[in-house]
Amino acid sequence: MSAPSVDESRAADAALRDVANAHRPIAWGRWLLWALVLIIATDFGWIVANNENFGWPVVAEWFTAPSILRGLSVTLGLTVVAMVIGVIIGLLLAIARMSDDRLLSSLAGLYIWFFRGTPLLVQLIFWYNLSTLFPQISIAIPFGPTLASWDTNDLITPMTAAIAGLSLNEAAYMAEIIRGGLLSVDKGQVEATDAFGMTRARALRRIIIPQAMRSIIPPTGNQLISMIKATSLVSVIAMADLLYSVQAVYNRTFEVIPMLMVAVIWYLLVTSILNVGQGFIERYYARGERGAGGDKAPARAMEEAI
Amino acid sequence: MNVAARDSAAAASAAVAPLVRARNVHKSFGANEVLKGIDLDVAPGEVVVILGPSGSGKSTFLRCINHLEAIDRGSIEVDGEQIGYQLRHGRLNKLSSRAIAVQRRKIGMVFQQFNLYPHMTALENIIEAPVGVHGQDRREAVAYAMDLLARVGLSEKAPAYPRQLSGGQQQRVAIARALAIRPKLMLFDEPTSALDPELVGEVLNVMRDLAGQGLTMIVVTHEIGFAREAADRVVFMDGGIVVEEGRPEDILANPQHPRTRLFLSRFIDTA
Ligand SMILES: Nc1ncnc2c1ncn2[C@@H]1O[C@H](COP(=O)(O)OP(=O)(O)OP(=O)(O)O)[C@@H](O)[C@H]1O
Ligand SMILES: [Mg+2]
Repeated sequence: MSAPSVDESRAADAALRDVANAHRPIAWGRWLLWALVLIIATDFGWIVANNENFGWPVVAEWFTAPSILRGLSVTLGLTVVAMVIGVIIGLLLAIARMSDDRLLSSLAGLYIWFFRGTPLLVQLIFWYNLSTLFPQISIAIPFGPTLASWDTNDLITPMTAAIAGLSLNEAAYMAEIIRGGLLSVDKGQVEATDAFGMTRARALRRIIIPQAMRSIIPPTGNQLISMIKATSLVSVIAMADLLYSVQAVYNRTFEVIPMLMVAVIWYLLVTSILNVGQGFIERYYARGERGAGGDKAPARAMEEAI
Repeated sequence: MNVAARDSAAAASAAVAPLVRARNVHKSFGANEVLKGIDLDVAPGEVVVILGPSGSGKSTFLRCINHLEAIDRGSIEVDGEQIGYQLRHGRLNKLSSRAIAVQRRKIGMVFQQFNLYPHMTALENIIEAPVGVHGQDRREAVAYAMDLLARVGLSEKAPAYPRQLSGGQQQRVAIARALAIRPKLMLFDEPTSALDPELVGEVLNVMRDLAGQGLTMIVVTHEIGFAREAADRVVFMDGGIVVEEGRPEDILANPQHPRTRLFLSRFIDTA
């Protein structure tokens, strides 16, 4: 055989072996699984939609009723306010907990121990009934003169009791989440900010917290969603949140399941929106990561192991 | 630096106050005494290379100079100010962390692991301290940062994130970042030890340029070649003390102390 023809066949072989033209094997098992899941899901949806006991017309009638929407706005408002206060106090607690100052870190530890160790429901009732423990709240110099004083009953409305209870409880959980995030940042980063003469506050704000965010956000998303549902606890102290408004209706009409479906759908709707938001925020803080699939690599390893 | 310049620097060092003056520096980690009385003067414009076996306390000493580690005994002065402390009315007071931060602002540092901010681009990394700490005008800082990037040969990498750069490129950005604060003193802690062999040269080239431009540098490294070409003085440390110091041609070619000789013999192949 002459040399050129060998070269030609090599070239043809190389073209055939070019992975750019490769075909994927058809994953029959995967397609079958998809089909099965779709059939079951459609069937289940069909059954639920046609089940008269769910009372879909009632659901539709009440879904956007003024009293329900008012309850929804209370739920959302409480969630936002309690979460914002919780995150701020939580950040301060996390920093205090990690400080070299023994007093500061013990106080933060004590706070976290107490608020994580007692049921939220008990804390809410406690705040609501604060006036029985302390009829007066005053600002005073310890063992000295009183500067200002209020009746506890004027201060603690269902609203303030709900905000205090939810946010102080949330702060304890957020403190641990934020502390975990701060610990996840490479020590060399702290060293670099020190070497460049940054103040602690600036280093936290510009360098440490933005990097900690990557591990803070997913559990914070969890907390936010738990919080939306935890707000339903405030119905015990007569706050008219979403669940309370729904209950108010079915106590009159006895349409328990349809009214609960109204609440369930609203809760799911709100959490879905939050999930989308979380995705955006996560992508923002993942900038600078090499390759888009980098974060999925651990999951892929798990999948293959299974 | 050429010989004439070095001699003039040495002559100047006799007249001009040293930029760095370390006296009897001791440092322990628990029971482990790492520095056992280090004395070292560095004149303005001088390039000092610290050599020594692993664990001899080189990094620790370097980190004491900008007070990343607090020393237990002795004193360190940089540019006429005692680092971490202030002498007032015959009393030595410890400075607040804020005041120490201010002292560090004239000292640039380059780390073995680069320690670039991963969530910022190369350009943002470089202007972070000038704008945020030194209060420089942002436009000016960006212009100077682009200048520095050009000097380290990375003009086109300004918008790249650290993870998109090779190790050598990251370290060059880190050097530019340290230069951006216009430091009086630069500290390098094994700047090439984390790099693949073929990337070491590009970083050393940048450092050689800086040495030639009269920047005061203290460099901890295992690159004997760099010490020979760029250093004004070589300091050999072992066991927490300075065993021997002098001009590179003397120390490297003709070491007096047996421990120096033993250490250098390991580099004969690579040097
Ligand atoms: N933060 C620390 N806590 C406890 N021990 C430490 C600490 N930092 C350093 N050491 C110890 O101090 C000694 C000197 O360390 P150092 O890093 O200064 O050595 P080195 O000369 O830089 O060595 P190398 O060439 O390996 O970098 C070592 O024995 C090390 O274990
Ligand atoms: Mg070291």
